Amino acid sequence: MYKIESKNVDFFYGPSQALKNINLAIKPNTVTALIGPSGCGKSTYLRLFNRMNDLIDNTKIAGQVIIDGDDIYAKGVNVDSLRKKVGMVFQKPNPFPKTIFENVAYGLRVNGITDKKFIEERVEETIKQVVLWDEVKDKLKKSAFELSGGQQQRLCIARALAIQPSIILMDEPTSALDPISTSKVEELIYELKTKYTIVIVTHNMQQAGRVSDTTAFFYMGELIEYDTTKTIFTNPKVERTQNYITGRFG
Amino acid sequence: MSHLDIELQQLKTETIKMWTLVNLQLSKAKEALLKLDKDLAREVILGERRVNAWELKIDRDCENIFALFNPVAVDLRFVLAVLKINNNLERTGDIAESIAKFVLNVNTDFDKKLLEITRTVEMYDGALFMMEEVLEAFDKLDTALARKAFQQDEILDDINVKVNAVIADYIRNHPENIEPPLYLISVIRKLERVGDQAKNMAEEIIFYIEAKVLKHRSKAEKKKE
Repeated sequence: MYKIESKNVDFFYGPSQALKNINLAIKPNTVTALIGPSGCGKSTYLRLFNRMNDLIDNTKIAGQVIIDGDDIYAKGVNVDSLRKKVGMVFQKPNPFPKTIFENVAYGLRVNGITDKKFIEERVEETIKQVVLWDEVKDKLKKSAFELSGGQQQRLCIARALAIQPSIILMDEPTSALDPISTSKVEELIYELKTKYTIVIVTHNMQQAGRVSDTTAFFYMGELIEYDTTKTIFTNPKVERTQNYITGRFG
Repeated sequence: MSHLDIELQQLKTETIKMWTLVNLQLSKAKEALLKLDKDLAREVILGERRVNAWELKIDRDCENIFALFNPVAVDLRFVLAVLKINNNLERTGDIAESIAKFVLNVNTDFDKKLLEITRTVEMYDGALFMMEEVLEAFDKLDTALARKAFQQDEILDDINVKVNAVIADYIRNHPENIEPPLYLISVIRKLERVGDQAKNMAEEIIFYIEAKVLKHRSKAEKKKE
């Protein structure tokens, strides 16, 4: 049973086709890296999984995106429930202008949870999960903006985890971070895959190699090659993949 | 051409230079052996220092490429292959040196008949031919040529296996001349190792170009691949 499947997916921004007939299946509790040059469609593809592209005018999707066996673009799908199940972390850390505690508690509160003790426990548990607790436990009431970029990004991951999704989407989550913060987030990704299915867009080839189990290479809206990360980085089958990962892209 | 391409090209050029030097060392050692030319043998022994210096340089260059460029796929396989070929070349250089050292120790010319029946010259030429062909395969990225080394190595192995009986027979018939055949048997053993090194390098070339691992495969399996 696959966690995520896309079948014959086409996607259009107005008249321009951004994704062409994408077929891909992702197993649960794995990390999948989406790689490819800018404009290849990898972020568009990532945003299909929690219907973020719905927020953009004049877009159109064809084909099926199936999560846990259900087509998430079928009529009557509750998008809020989908987004609870599919969390997202963005390129730049984007904490809310609230305290550290409230950033993580926010998702719980908007989902109607009011039990103070429950919220406190969940916030602590989640901040511990992203290995940030020791760094912030004494300043939970301070603004999230007081944290470093790397800490803010881990807080954003905690915010995504607090509502207990089963899939986490990451769109270049470390591109704005220094090497130490990057390494902490990468370690975290490795830990998190025991509980979650993770899909990550990255421009950093070494990062894709370090964190992912499978890698998909996109080029001009097409899925060129999808295989284990080990195969993609040691012996890719398609010449265009090899040219891209070795930096010989024309 | 990218920066990495330039580095890889340079690494290839250096490896070819080292390889050419090692082949020259082997040829000189052959001439020294057959003519009992002690001066030439000393030249080979001195030349071994240059082989060692190349080995260190190529090791360091591979390390730098790994650290600075994080090569992947075909580039990674190339640097890994060069690293191992470098090791094989250094050992082949050692063999040339040790043959030259024999020449310094031997005091009488080799009996022509003894050279003929032990097939020493044939074996030496076979080993040199293998080294040249595998070098050409590396330069021209020709895996078909690299594969020829596997057949050639079988010929060297055959000579090596049969030489024991030939030498034993010779010693029985020439008990007054024991030393030269004993030296020759050592030379033949070393040439058999040259064949193995050349075969290992051929396997590395195939790994680099075709991503196939042929190490520790049987002869029949290698032919299929």
